[in-house]
Amino acid sequence: MERRASPALLSVLLFGIALLYLPILVLIGYSFNASPLVNVWGGFSTAWYGQLLHNRQLLEAALLSLQVAVAASTGAVILGTLAATALVRFGRFRGRLLLTGMVNAPLVMPEIITGITQLLLFVSMMQLFSWPHRGFTTIVLSHITFCTAYVTITVQSRLQSADRSLEEAAMDLGASPARAFLEITLPIIAPAIISSWLLCFTLSLDDLVISSFVAGPGASTLPMVIYSKVKLGVSPDINALASLIVCAVGVCIIGAGYLMTRADRRRALEAQLAGR
Amino acid sequence: MKSTWRGSRWLIILPPLLFLLVFFLIPFIFAFKISFAEAAPRVPPFTDVISFTRDHHLQLTLTLGNYRYLLTDEVYGVAYLYSLRTALFSTLICLLLGYPMAYAIARSPKSAQGLLLLIIMLPFWTSFLLRVYALEGIIRDNGFLNTALLHLGLISHPLRIMRTSLAVYLGIIYSYLPFMVLPLFATLEKLDPLLLEAAGDLGSTPRRAFLDITLPLSLPGVIAGSMLVFIPAVGEFVIPSLLGGPNQLMIGRVLWDEFFGNHDWPVASAVAIAFLLLLVGPIAVYQYYNVKQLEA
Repeated sequence: MERRASPALLSVLLFGIALLYLPILVLIGYSFNASPLVNVWGGFSTAWYGQLLHNRQLLEAALLSLQVAVAASTGAVILGTLAATALVRFGRFRGRLLLTGMVNAPLVMPEIITGITQLLLFVSMMQLFSWPHRGFTTIVLSHITFCTAYVTITVQSRLQSADRSLEEAAMDLGASPARAFLEITLPIIAPAIISSWLLCFTLSLDDLVISSFVAGPGASTLPMVIYSKVKLGVSPDINALASLIVCAVGVCIIGAGYLMTRADRRRALEAQLAGR
Repeated sequence: MKSTWRGSRWLIILPPLLFLLVFFLIPFIFAFKISFAEAAPRVPPFTDVISFTRDHHLQLTLTLGNYRYLLTDEVYGVAYLYSLRTALFSTLICLLLGYPMAYAIARSPKSAQGLLLLIIMLPFWTSFLLRVYALEGIIRDNGFLNTALLHLGLISHPLRIMRTSLAVYLGIIYSYLPFMVLPLFATLEKLDPLLLEAAGDLGSTPRRAFLDITLPLSLPGVIAGSMLVFIPAVGEFVIPSLLGGPNQLMIGRVLWDEFFGNHDWPVASAVAIAFLLLLVGPIAVYQYYNVKQLEA
């Protein structure tokens, strides 16, 4: 595809990009509006950002969401890496089809169905074993479930393209399979693990539907609080919060992308120098 | 290799297998069971399906009432058809917009492609809920679009977009466009430019070459992108709830209201099971054969 894109194609591309970014940019603009009315520009102000610091409900929800996101993405990365290893390295084993199905199904399952079925499970488990209480635990468990799918897919493709000969060489030199995996393969798939952790973190932080079902009456995650505020109408402090979240995520993703391409390039260079 | 792992392989297979079994698959069995129960004012709010009678007999109390209710109350049929139609049209518009975008990126210099893809993907990483809210700021009656158009004198009174089907379409297109562009780019990028050159040398017009070569070869990307948009769109809750009005009843919203509004868990379970069989079932079967075909 060396040929240049025509002006018509480029203008559609620009239009699409404008469509993707205009709402976010306008939102950030509104967040600095001193007037609480959306259609009146009352001058530049950072007052809404200041108000966020005093909104206990939002701060508590944000803390809960961060804790859930860290726990869920860590859990999902462990389970997903194990599942990917099993699917790529173990060939045929009993339960392979079941595992493949359960890893892929959450990706096509509407969140609302996952949410309701998991709530029914938690309620029934509570009746039978008096565990788990709805709240932090149930939210984390349900987030791990859908995040594991994303981790498995990402790590699986990295594992498939990884060079097996290095691992085999390590084992020829006397390393056990587990040791060879930990010392050779794990560093190779580390970028996929890191990027899937980040993906899980943002997916978990963003989840509204599943959390709403499984959270129970006591706990509210940040998206649940945002949703209930937004449902009631415009609130300028949500504009400020949204701008902060969008900018933080943007900076993290660009930073992570930069670091990862740099690491990849360095590895490619090292491989070249090693005469491969 | 396989044999050397033998001792420890179940340590690797079992944790994810058991976890997903308990927290993904078994919940459907519970939902299936509860869809045959009746709503009751207790905790949890439904009757027992399986119970023991006083003389230790196992007793199954099943009611088909919930499913009959789905067939008789027309809300569910209307919501199901509306969800299908909305998802289908928005997927089509996403395709019409996303295809030229992916094509333009595929034809850009290699050095610019990475940056362009990052620009397309970045919104996907930021909060979905907040992006839907941001879109509301554009299309509200007193939002950015209407203010700008009124200011320019192009319209005399605000356009009514919020709480219409148009708002739901816009929401879906805006939210899921990146999912359409990425797989399309992946197939278009792999396309051999020599094929198009050969077609040109043999006297084919660019239009003809596009229809005969590019389009058929990019079909896997078209299908993958359409699935990635259609599947989440059809079960969408946030978009119709925040942008749509009372007429934009999608199945996800009906399920939510049945659950949180009416507290009728058995009917909500029945809706979920019916939805699963009518929609997710066929898609899953299709995906399964698709994956098998790719592996072959």
